[in-house]
Amino acid sequence: MRLQYPTNVKIVRVPCTGKVDVIHIMRAFEKGADGVAVIGCLEGECHFNAGNLMARRRVEQAQKILETIGVGGERAQMYNLSSSEGPRFAQYASEITEKIKELGPNPIRISKNKAA
Amino acid sequence: MIVADKKPIEEIIGYLKGHKNILVLGCNECVTVCEAGGKKEVGVLASALRMYAQKEGNEVNIDEVTLERQCDREYLDEIRDAIDKYDAVVSLACGVGVQFAAEQYHSTPIYPGVNTCFMGATEERGLWTERCQGCGQCILATTGSICPVARCAKRLFNGPCGGSTDGRCEINAEVDCAWQLIIDRLKALDRLDEYEALCPLKDWSSDRAGGPRKVVREDVQQ
Repeated sequence: MRLQYPTNVKIVRVPCTGKVDVIHIMRAFEKGADGVAVIGCLEGECHFNAGNLMARRRVEQAQKILETIGVGGERAQMYNLSSSEGPRFAQYASEITEKIKELGPNPIRISKNKAA
Repeated sequence: MIVADKKPIEEIIGYLKGHKNILVLGCNECVTVCEAGGKKEVGVLASALRMYAQKEGNEVNIDEVTLERQCDREYLDEIRDAIDKYDAVVSLACGVGVQFAAEQYHSTPIYPGVNTCFMGATEERGLWTERCQGCGQCILATTGSICPVARCAKRLFNGPCGGSTDGRCEINAEVDCAWQLIIDRLKALDRLDEYEALCPLKDWSSDRAGGPRKVVREDVQQ
């Protein structure tokens, strides 16, 4: 299954999306990421019962904060797939990349570059 | 514990206009438990404020510290050496912490980062409800351990009013009638005869009606 997905996607592995907190998403943006996709197991299929459901709520929380401060809530997205769904992973990776390309670069990175 | 809720970030951004060196000061006690002002929330708020400043092109330094408590001098003293570096502090402690910090550090503005709500309990994660109003004279012994001061909208002391319907309060169908809870509990304890006993007039001078209050304990004073 030699699938292609955009090379600008950097993967951060976590034991479960339940490990992902709002602060992790915020820090990614603070450090200049243009977008963050949290990709968890299918809803109802979490090995830890509710990790992916908690992750979804945290992504929503981060979206609200990012919207308030003018970075844009759409830049953080939650996706779900089963661990065997390679093609879907590639599809999500392309989807978020396209979405972020439409939104343009992280405004924080732009003002950082201007200042430098 | 004291229950607080997060303040909207827009409001905090408004307070901090023009400040260049800001300390976001968390508290490890009640506000950590109710997920409004602990280390985690300090991190998220500081990160949001930093990003907002960067986006606006403002050069702002934002540091994060979380103290064990902000309602005790010895813990507030931990930032004494560093406080002069900052021209503003956002305290995520309850109103007590904000005021006590301001009393220790006269020349630095201390802004509140949370809305302090009430003394309550965690019913479940994300749901906190009021249990005590600190009236200064606890009557829980006679009311089956359910407080009519905190939980009855009218603070009635001798049974429910006419607005109690199906165990709910007339102010809101989601609010339990405190007196229904009291009667049910006394019944379960087989102490319903205590419900017949009239509760005497309460001395409200130990409540807020008597102005700001204090507790003096000579036995533990140094």
